[in-house]
Order: sequence, then structure tokens, then C-alpha cells
Amino acid sequence: MNTSLRSTSRTLGVAVRALLMFTVVLGIGYTLLITGIGQLLMPSQSNGSLVRDADGDVVGSSLIGQSFTDEDGDPLPEYFQSRPSAAGDGYDGGASSGSNWGPENRDLIAAITERKAAIAKFNGVSEDEVPADAVTASSSGLDPHISPEYAAIQIDRVAEARGVSADKVKQLVQQHTQGPDFGYLGESTVDVLELNLALDRLKG
Amino acid sequence: MEWGLLVASLATVVVILAVLYRPLGDYMAWVFTTARDVAVERGLYRLIGVDPRSEQTWQAYLRSVLIFSFVGVVFLYLIQRTQQFLPYSLGLPPVPEGLAFNTAISFVTNTNWQGYSPELTMSYTTQFAGLAVQNFVSAATGIAVAVALVRGFAYRRSGTIGNFWVDLTRATFRILLPLSIVAAIILLAGGVIQNFAGFTTVDTIAGGSQVLPGGPVASQEAIKEIGTNGGGFFNANASHPFENPTAWTSILQVVLLLMIPFSLPRTFGRIVGDNRQGYAILAAMGVLALISFVALGAAEFAGRGTAPELAGSPMEGKEQRFGLVQSILYATATTLTSTGSVNSMHDSYTALGGMMPMINMMLGEIAPGGVGAGLYGMLIIAVIAVFIAGLLVGRTPEYLGKKIGPREIKLASLYILVMPILLLGGVALSFAIPGVRDDMEKTSIWNPGLHGLSEVVYAFASASNNNGSAFAGLTANTPWLNAALGVAMLLGRFLPIALTIALAGSLAAQDKVPVTAGTLPTHRPLFIGLIIGTAVLVTALVFFPVLTLGPLAEGLM
Repeated sequence: MNTSLRSTSRTLGVAVRALLMFTVVLGIGYTLLITGIGQLLMPSQSNGSLVRDADGDVVGSSLIGQSFTDEDGDPLPEYFQSRPSAAGDGYDGGASSGSNWGPENRDLIAAITERKAAIAKFNGVSEDEVPADAVTASSSGLDPHISPEYAAIQIDRVAEARGVSADKVKQLVQQHTQGPDFGYLGESTVDVLELNLALDRLKG
Repeated sequence: MEWGLLVASLATVVVILAVLYRPLGDYMAWVFTTARDVAVERGLYRLIGVDPRSEQTWQAYLRSVLIFSFVGVVFLYLIQRTQQFLPYSLGLPPVPEGLAFNTAISFVTNTNWQGYSPELTMSYTTQFAGLAVQNFVSAATGIAVAVALVRGFAYRRSGTIGNFWVDLTRATFRILLPLSIVAAIILLAGGVIQNFAGFTTVDTIAGGSQVLPGGPVASQEAIKEIGTNGGGFFNANASHPFENPTAWTSILQVVLLLMIPFSLPRTFGRIVGDNRQGYAILAAMGVLALISFVALGAAEFAGRGTAPELAGSPMEGKEQRFGLVQSILYATATTLTSTGSVNSMHDSYTALGGMMPMINMMLGEIAPGGVGAGLYGMLIIAVIAVFIAGLLVGRTPEYLGKKIGPREIKLASLYILVMPILLLGGVALSFAIPGVRDDMEKTSIWNPGLHGLSEVVYAFASASNNNGSAFAGLTANTPWLNAALGVAMLLGRFLPIALTIALAGSLAAQDKVPVTAGTLPTHRPLFIGLIIGTAVLVTALVFFPVLTLGPLAEGLM
């Protein structure tokens, strides 16, 4: 065996042993360490910030958006509606995705036009009042939030469908509106699932 | 208002990076120059069978890099092909051959291009024991190569450039692992998940049901950013609320992915014994980065394009909690480095906005670039700049006391040719081979018209620069793209590495020439300007034509 072949096979041995060592320490050790810390010290976050209804049943995660539609996919008027979603058939937590439609894509232009008209009609407002987040699909398809502007145009509809005063609904929306982090990072948001849960509690 | 928020966010990132620059850079310099091994490390060296005190020639160093990476590819391929037999398989079948080949290369080359949807394809074991391990060691490999080049400048008449196994071990255990543990815990607090629960189905209040995913995400998220890897645990990557739940975790991730690349110039300055040299490289990186942030901001705030104007804002493919500002920040940082994780879908950006990530990558990812890769990429540009300056005044060019002779300039020139050839060659072949072209148009391309070409250009820019982000509408899991992008990633990573290590060897062998009145000072604004000019010139002329066919045409029409 010549020297270069011998040193190559020696290096190969080192490489295999090194990778196995790294796999044990970084792949298994590190992952278990973080899992242990998470499950012991921050179990709620580690397990997905799950939220429960009044009966204590898990109904979703405060971080993951949901559809509030009937079996036919039509929006339920008594619930605040989330943004359009491109994850599976909508808010499929097993298939996160954006639409990936480009800015000149005809399908996207048609979808925005259609959504705009439908949302304006559904909420009894003019098309100019429909904000951008209401007619565009998010990046993850699981966006849990809407803008305060989109929440605002839904208040009267929700109040009417539930037979409660618009002021009461408006108050709930304000309670569930969060400003930017530290006052300047990110946008103001309304968590739709938490808001809708609060509405259900109002009824009961 | 929007500009104010962008400037405030950017200022936050800059301040944190500025605070970290000296301590982190000095610490890394110490890591790679100290003669002392920790007891645990000595045990590891015995275990894997290397003598930490013996330095390697550049050939031996390169051989170690290549063989270690080769073993990584084989191991990652096998783990994907056998994942159905391993724990936490989630009932998933083995990853198909072509995709497994592409993914193995993708993670070993620090690219993390993902031609698949992780939650539908990869088991937990594949992710944490395969992909996450490569997230660490591919990053450590990049840092090691950069340090080897820096030693080339620092050493005199030396036949060796350090020991790869020592550099790899120290980069991993003294830099990446401790930082990742801290970052993972902070991300956990922010709401990133870490469990082995698999998929849970819940009944929603509207009377439907919803699947919620689980997984050991926080541990992988931390190293994915710190190591400028970028491979998402989920398909939506860092826009998935379980990977990136809030605006503050988003800006934290931006800091994490910029932190090491922006501190390495300090390490460089420290090791060559002149901190001013580090500041010069940092300044060149910083100026280019700043221009890029502002350019993307201008494009997205203007919101030009039929769909964005109809909706009122380019919010398609962006999360409400991030809005435009945090999306712009993330998209720029992830493509200026070799990270490629995304918190918004670049495919849906305005045409001119979507061009900016492409330009960032086409610049060669040097401002600040991937961990290690950014520094050696920028030093190559500096070598070219020194050479050009030498030509102008008719003197033998020198950089840090090392003569830039024919051998050095050949290596540097070859280096800057690799990426454009892979990028443009890949795009050209995709449309020139009749069968492939058909497949591209019918299967791969998602958006019609000019935007479709942009998707393909973006893919090859991403692969040949080891970025990993995408115009994700593109269906890349096809025989052609799996193979072509796989080759682009492989050559885009290891040809430049081979040339860099060869350059390190030839620099280390030289003695230092004394500074004279005719020596070009390489820490002054003049030279910083020269580096920036060289970087732009080298790329702009090459890529302008293809950009006019894709995003420029779409954006200006």
C-alpha cells in the first residue's frame, strides 16, 4: 500500500469515529438536554402553548391559527375569522406552507379580488376598509393573528350573530390586542383563537 | 413610520452585534490559537485517534475536510434511507433516493436546501441525529477553513496550517455548542416547542379538527441560525409559529445568524496581529449589508406590483406578527449570510424586492456571509483588490506582508469563477436540454412568465452559494433538480474550500516582506472602498443580464 492510500484510509477511520462521536454528543446528548430543560422548566411552551376551552379540553394552540368555518368551508358569523391559509386545505398543522404566488400571478390577483368582495359583503363594509392581511395568505399558513384593523371590521357582524352588544365585543377585541414587542418590534396583533374562546366564555 | 421602525430594528441588531464584536471575536481567536486542550477534548482526540499537537500540511488539512464531509454525506444518506426502522419514525417511509442524495449534500455543505416538506418527509431521528448534527459540524468546518486561511497570513515559512480535527472539535464544543444551548433556552421561553409528541389531533371550537405538530424544534432552531444553516424543522421554516413565535424571537434569530460571521473579522485581525485589518474587513461587510437592508426596505415599502397594490400591501407570504419590517430584516440577513431560513416567503415579495435576496447571494455571500465561508470569501475579494491596486501603481501586490504572486492570484481568480459558472451554467442547462426544459415548465416552475425564470435563477443562486432559501413555489424534488442542485451545492462548497486551503498553504510558506513606503495600507477607507468596489464589480457585471430577464423585467413592467 502506498503512503497516500494509507493516509487516506487512516483519515477515513478518524472521520468515521469523529462523526459517530459528534452524533452521540450533538445529535442525542444536546437534543435530550434541551428537551429535559424545556419539559422541566417550561412545559407549557415546550408542548406547544396549548389552550383549553371552559371544559378543560385542548382546542388548539395559542400560536397556531385555525379555521372558524362550517363543514362546507363557509365562515361562521359568530366567530372572528382568520387570514386566508395555504396550509393544506387551510390551517392544516401537518402541512405548513405559504401560497408562493408571485406578485403578478393571475391566480393570486383573482383570489385577492374575490376575497376582498366576499369579506366586504360578509361584514357589511366597503371594499376599501378591508385590510391587506385579510385578503393575503400568510407565510406559514398557520398565522394565529389578524391585524386590529381586520378585527375592527368584524365586530358588528360577530356582535349581531351572537346577540350581544357591539361595545362588549369591542372591549374583548381590545383586551386581546397586543402591541409590538417592546413597543417597536413587529406589528399589533389579535390572537383569533384566544379572542373567539373569550367570546364563547362570554356566552356561557 | 415604516422606515422609522426598520431603522430602529436595524439599530437594535447593530448595537447587539457591536457589543459582541470584540469579546466574541477575541474569544474565537483564543479558541484557535491556545495550545491547551481541555481534559474532555484530550479524551476525544484519543478516541478518534488524532494527535492534537501535530499540525497538517495544506494537503492533509484539505484531505481531512473532504473525507470528513464525504463520511457525513454517506451517513446522512443512510439515515434517511433507513428512517422507517429508527425510533420516532412517525410512520414515515424512507426518503426516496434522489431526494436523500440531494438532502445529504445539502446539509453537509451548510446549504440546507430543502426539496421536501419536512413534516411529511423527515422522522425526528433523521432530524436530530442526522440533520442537526450536520448543522453543527458543517458550520464548524466552515469556521475551520477560514481559520486555516487566516493562519496562512499569520504564519511565516511554515509548511503547515493547523490541524483540522482540532479546529473542528474546538469550533463545535467551544463555540457552537455553548451558544446553541443558551439560544435554545431563550427560544424555548419565547414559545418554540421541544417535545417528542408526534402529531396530535384536537377538536376545534368551530366543530372541526386540527392536527398540531410536535418535535424537538428549539434545539435544532438554535444551531440552525447560529451555524448559518437554515434548514427548517417545518416546511414554513422560521415563519412557522412553533419555530418563531414572536417578533422578538425573530429579531433574536437575526442576531444569532449574523453574530459569528460579523465577529470573525475581529478573530482575523487578532490572529494576524493587527485589529485594524479586522475593522477594515468588517467595514466592507457592514457597508454592503446596510445598502442591502435599505434596498429591500425601499422595494417592499413601495409595494409595487399588481397583487400587492390590489391588497394594499405586499402581505402575501408574510406573517402578521412580523409585518413588513421584521420580514425585510430577516430576508436580508438570511441571504447576506449562507443561512437560508426564512420568516416570510420570498417568492411572494414584490418583483424588485425578491431580487434583493438574489443579489445578496450573487454577491457571493460575503457581507458577512456564512460562518467562516463569509470571512474566507471576503479575504479572497481583498486579495483580488490588492492585486488590482498593485496593477494600477505597477508594484508587486502584497497583503499583510505576503506577496500576492502568480500562484496566489490564480487560486483567487479560480475561486471567484466557480460560483458564477455553477449558477449560470445550471440555469442555462435547465432550459437548454429539451427534456429537462419540458420538465421545468410542466412540473417545477410554479409561477408563470418572468417570475418562473426568477424561481430557477434563485434556486441555482441559492445552491451554488450554499444558502438554502428558495422561491419556494419551485418544485425541486425532480430527478433533474435533485441532481443538478446537488452538484451545484457540492462544487459550490468544496471547490472554493479547496482553493482557499491551497491559498492558505502557499501564504503560510512565505516569509513576511517588510512594510515600505510603497506598501498599500489595507486598513484605510481607500482600501475598504476598493474591496467594496471589487466585490460589486466581480458580481454585477456577471449577473446583470440574467437579472434583466427575470426580476428586473417583472418589476419594471
